[in-house]
Amino acid sequence: MRAIIQRMSNAVGVDRLRVVRGGREVVRGVGFDVPRGSVTGLLGPSGCGKTTLLRAVVGVQVVASGRVTVLGHPAGSAVLRDRIGYSTQSPSVYADLTVAENLAYFASILRAPRGDVDRVLEEVGLKGNADQLVTTLSGGERGRASLAVALLGKPEVIVLDEPTVGLDPVLREDLWLLFHRLADAGAALLVSSHVMDEAARCDRLLLMRDGALLADDTPDALRAQTGTQDLEQAFLALVRQ
Amino acid sequence: MNTLATAKRILTQLRHDHRTVALMVLMPSLLLVLLRYVFDSEQMFNRAAPALLGVFPFTIMFIVTSITTLRERLTATLERLMTMPIGKVDLLLGYAVAFGLVAVVQVALAATVALTWLGLEISGSVWLLLVIAVLDALLGMALGLFASAFARTEFQAVQFMPAIVMPQVLLCGLFVPRDQMATVLNWISDVLPLSYAVDALTQVTTSSEVDGTLIRNLLVIAGCALLALLLGAATLRRRTP
Repeated sequence: MRAIIQRMSNAVGVDRLRVVRGGREVVRGVGFDVPRGSVTGLLGPSGCGKTTLLRAVVGVQVVASGRVTVLGHPAGSAVLRDRIGYSTQSPSVYADLTVAENLAYFASILRAPRGDVDRVLEEVGLKGNADQLVTTLSGGERGRASLAVALLGKPEVIVLDEPTVGLDPVLREDLWLLFHRLADAGAALLVSSHVMDEAARCDRLLLMRDGALLADDTPDALRAQTGTQDLEQAFLALVRQ
Repeated sequence: MNTLATAKRILTQLRHDHRTVALMVLMPSLLLVLLRYVFDSEQMFNRAAPALLGVFPFTIMFIVTSITTLRERLTATLERLMTMPIGKVDLLLGYAVAFGLVAVVQVALAATVALTWLGLEISGSVWLLLVIAVLDALLGMALGLFASAFARTEFQAVQFMPAIVMPQVLLCGLFVPRDQMATVLNWISDVLPLSYAVDALTQVTTSSEVDGTLIRNLLVIAGCALLALLLGAATLRRRTP
């Protein structure tokens, strides 16, 4: 009974997932769950397979074997397409449109309500840049414009690939507060980062290295398990084990 | 619905890029003016101009669409769209509608310049001439969409112009009437869609009769454009390796 409740509260379930790219196994038998109403961090060094794993969750990655279930459906199912928000690592917005025009286009594809464009602009702090062409934005602003698209239409699962790269500490703080507000409203967030100091802000942590998971636990449990205060040290301790 | 949203988005992108719009709309007309004075003879111009009224938009649309769609593929906006509730055909039809509208403006201007200022005389209907020229532009656009699937970089995409467009221009009957070509070349020109376009344009110039051959030629052009569009949709993948 407990197991069933557990499964229902999980928005994403990954089981023995393997992905082969260019003849190399970049995801090697990974399994984990992402619960609803929480922020799960996927941390690990650049090139460890984070992006590939996230692509498998949103259903755009060809996988070799294993199972990925999102909201009770196989990842990539047509029914999921307006229930998942996804932001790629490089900003996926049109450079030759304004921020508002980008959002209006994606909102109409998602059949999101009218006021949604203003709401997400407010959430990512780009209200003042709405009528600016994306090409004239700074790298950080561009990233937030791309993030805003992922928040359109109130998705139940939000997958963000390195959303805070290149942002100043104040903005980063604001975004993490936003992620937790979205989680408190019931969404399941899966957020990747290669910066370990962001790990402490997550409810749960997945530590990844070389295509495999080293750990899947809460930050506190990881600190306790490795006997370290610092999550960077915890990561090192796990690598050496 | 998604088709129109996409068409609107592409036209908005163009609206922000005045130079591209100017080049697309004016170039065929300017080239026709140039040709008129290169020939310096109304008679010779009259012989070549109708075919070129189809060839110029065909070529320009090929280049513009192959680059634009390639850019869509490369900037991760395609990956994002593939996680959203939009059909692949919707997306390509969106391109077709947007660039089709541009083609109408382009061809209408070129035909007006040719018929009024440059002294082009045609026996058939001006409207039919316009329809055929717009079909040519759509054919170029559809082939460009299809070709972009085989290019990894914009540099490669540009190289497809001489590879796919130029042989059709050489063999379409513009330089040497098709029935005077060597048998093998004649066969090749029989399977290239642009030949049918030039045949149709030549017929509209020299006779006012709308016969079975003309209808067949129009159907061949439209059929090839549709086929290229569907093949282009088949090259779009929701899941990529």
